[in-house]
Amino acid sequence: MAIKDKLSGNEAIAVAMRQIDPDVVAAFPITPSTEVPQYFSQFVANGQVHTEFVAVESEHSAMSACIGAEAAGARTMTATSSQGLALMWEMLYIAASLRLPIVMSVINRALSGPINIHNDHSDSMGARDSGWIQLYCENNQEAYDNLIQAIRIAEHKDVQLPVMVCYDGFITSHAVENIELLEDEKVKAFIGEYKPEHYLLDKDNPISMGPLDMPAYYFEHKRAQAEAMKNAKRVILEVAQEFEKLTGRKYGYFEEYKMEDAEVAIVIMNSTAGTAKFVVNELRKQGVKAGLIKMRVFRPFPFEELGKALSHLKAVAIMDKADSFSTAGGPLFTEVRSAMFDYARDTKAVSYIYGLGGRDVRTDEIMTVYQDLLEIVRTGEVKSTFNYLGVRE
Amino acid sequence: MAYNLKALTEKEERITGGHRMCAGCGAPIVVRTVLRALKPEDHAVVGVATGCLEVSTCLYPYTAWKDSFIHSAFENAAATVSGAEAAYRALAKVGKVKGTTKFIAFGGDGGTYDIGFQALSGAMERGHDMVYVCYDNEAYMNTGIQRSSSTPKYADTTTSPAGSAIPGKVQFKKDLTMIMASHNIPYVAQSAPFRNLKDLYEKAEKAIYTPGPAFLNVLAPCPRGWRYNTPQLMEIVRLAIETCVWPLYEVVEGKFILNYKPKNKLPVVEYLKPQARFRHLFTKENEGLIEEIQKEVDRRWNRLLELCGEA
Ligand SMILES: Cc1ncc(C[n+]2csc(CCOP(=O)(O)OP(=O)(O)O)c2C)c(N)n1
Ligand code: SF4
Ligand SMILES: [Mg+2]
Repeated sequence: MAIKDKLSGNEAIAVAMRQIDPDVVAAFPITPSTEVPQYFSQFVANGQVHTEFVAVESEHSAMSACIGAEAAGARTMTATSSQGLALMWEMLYIAASLRLPIVMSVINRALSGPINIHNDHSDSMGARDSGWIQLYCENNQEAYDNLIQAIRIAEHKDVQLPVMVCYDGFITSHAVENIELLEDEKVKAFIGEYKPEHYLLDKDNPISMGPLDMPAYYFEHKRAQAEAMKNAKRVILEVAQEFEKLTGRKYGYFEEYKMEDAEVAIVIMNSTAGTAKFVVNELRKQGVKAGLIKMRVFRPFPFEELGKALSHLKAVAIMDKADSFSTAGGPLFTEVRSAMFDYARDTKAVSYIYGLGGRDVRTDEIMTVYQDLLEIVRTGEVKSTFNYLGVRE
Repeated sequence: MAYNLKALTEKEERITGGHRMCAGCGAPIVVRTVLRALKPEDHAVVGVATGCLEVSTCLYPYTAWKDSFIHSAFENAAATVSGAEAAYRALAKVGKVKGTTKFIAFGGDGGTYDIGFQALSGAMERGHDMVYVCYDNEAYMNTGIQRSSSTPKYADTTTSPAGSAIPGKVQFKKDLTMIMASHNIPYVAQSAPFRNLKDLYEKAEKAIYTPGPAFLNVLAPCPRGWRYNTPQLMEIVRLAIETCVWPLYEVVEGKFILNYKPKNKLPVVEYLKPQARFRHLFTKENEGLIEEIQKEVDRRWNRLLELCGEA
């Protein structure tokens, strides 16, 4: 029987980590992720886990210690936000290229400058090309579920890549919501034992990791890494199916909300999807065929699936909670539109950048986005492709 | 057992020949001697910071390392190895490791005194059971002999070039061994490869087998950067010791122990002369600079004597 509880996102993540009982956790405090290592170190102090908790002196060292630990053969986890993730940047690439299945919670927070502790997605979007798998979560339940699945995805022998589980700072991390937890034994059974093929502590088979790699081999290694990311697409669905059997909760690359007959829709990530679903419901009451797609898997990018899912729409708005400063839309927009070029060329697409630095996104604002889409459908004309929502101009 | 280099060289080497470090480089001698201090039955996880040692000993698809080896980046050898050591403790709790594994990190002076200083300080403070060995060649050699905070005053490097207005690096060398002693860890030592390598071997053995964190700072001359006649490696090290530019000492549980006191302390000029990185100090315009170096060497040496109760 599932356990019903009321937890914040950070509490849910800490509980999942206790149930996973990793060998090593190395972490450094930063708002709004700080509670995760705090709660977890209490589990360590109480002897509820066998984990070695390494209270490092920076996030660069957090990721470096995670790399050392995972390379040594330990199941390893961490959590961070914003500047912490930025400080890890160099090591994120190395973790992925060493093919180390580290699992990290990223509690999304705006990147400095100016310094700001509130939510947007500029931190994890900045890490999108680091070679990590990225899973995004609407609420605490998804954060909990994704973290448990992340272990299986990361450690799968055809993948062996690190995974970030991203959820919104404060909105998800600190708000308390209802949640269904699995029993400890069920989590244990689901994730199984970690049995790496090659690891530093295998004294009978010593290995050298992290060599200098010249042009004669570097490209092949990168190609193999890209192949692992491709494999992850398959494995993510396999793990989701197994997870559904266990919990009844269904996961894919993205969630389609009222999309079957939709004519206009938005593509969005994380907690704002919840707000936007309310708007979709309102529009549906008025007879408007509105829908929504909430991204779960951003890396690997579900190019074909997403492109096809948008093909029957007349217009779509892609909403980014991060700017790329390309002056041509946010990162989600660029990639979604690229997929649409192959699969949804007749659907009009517009970009909205919203909510930077924790700016509230209200339902009436999201309503204006749908109104803009309806206007595009009516006139057949896109007046403005690149838009900012809820900002004083 | 009395130290016997001949007998010890019969132990199986843990770093093979055929690596690509320059002929006459001090660093591989340091590494071989440190690893020789491991008990043959013990396994080691060795982490190396980016630098000459790393790029020359582990070049895909080859490796010179017989133990488990990891390189991840330049500034984080201490953090990386601390993670591996934490893994060992965690897996030992659940009976997943067999035998004894020792944890050793190597970094150049750049990777230790400068960019890796924070990670080193953190790992030592946390108390990991590991040894950090700095092979100190007093500049960023791998990128072409740029100055570091370990470069001695007035040395000519490619980013502290001796010119007509500025005579090389204007700052004195950072005293990292003293800084590490201030971490109050169980074992800190300063050493160098010379004569029969006894000093370094014995310090490495203590560092590896003292529980908790240990730090070794080992002078590792670089013929390219220091510009001395390559076969003179051992002579250069001897002069560094005899002039008290590089004293040999240990700090055991906070207690300072001087390992060698020259009978006739040589003037620093003897050490500077054979190295072309100091050549400009011997010109007319730069008169007086050597005296300044001598003064600082004397000051530091006298302070060390006090700390060691030898004053
Ligand atoms: C973050 C980062 N900055 C700079 C470099 C370039 N780099 C590689 S090795 C090196 C110098 C190494 O100097 P040191 O640690 O003294 O080792 P040595 O080469 O002298 O043995 C530098 C600057 C790098 N790899 N990573
Ligand atoms: S440049 Fe200097 S430190 Fe580097 S391998 Fe050559 S001699 Fe050794
Ligand atoms: Mg150096």
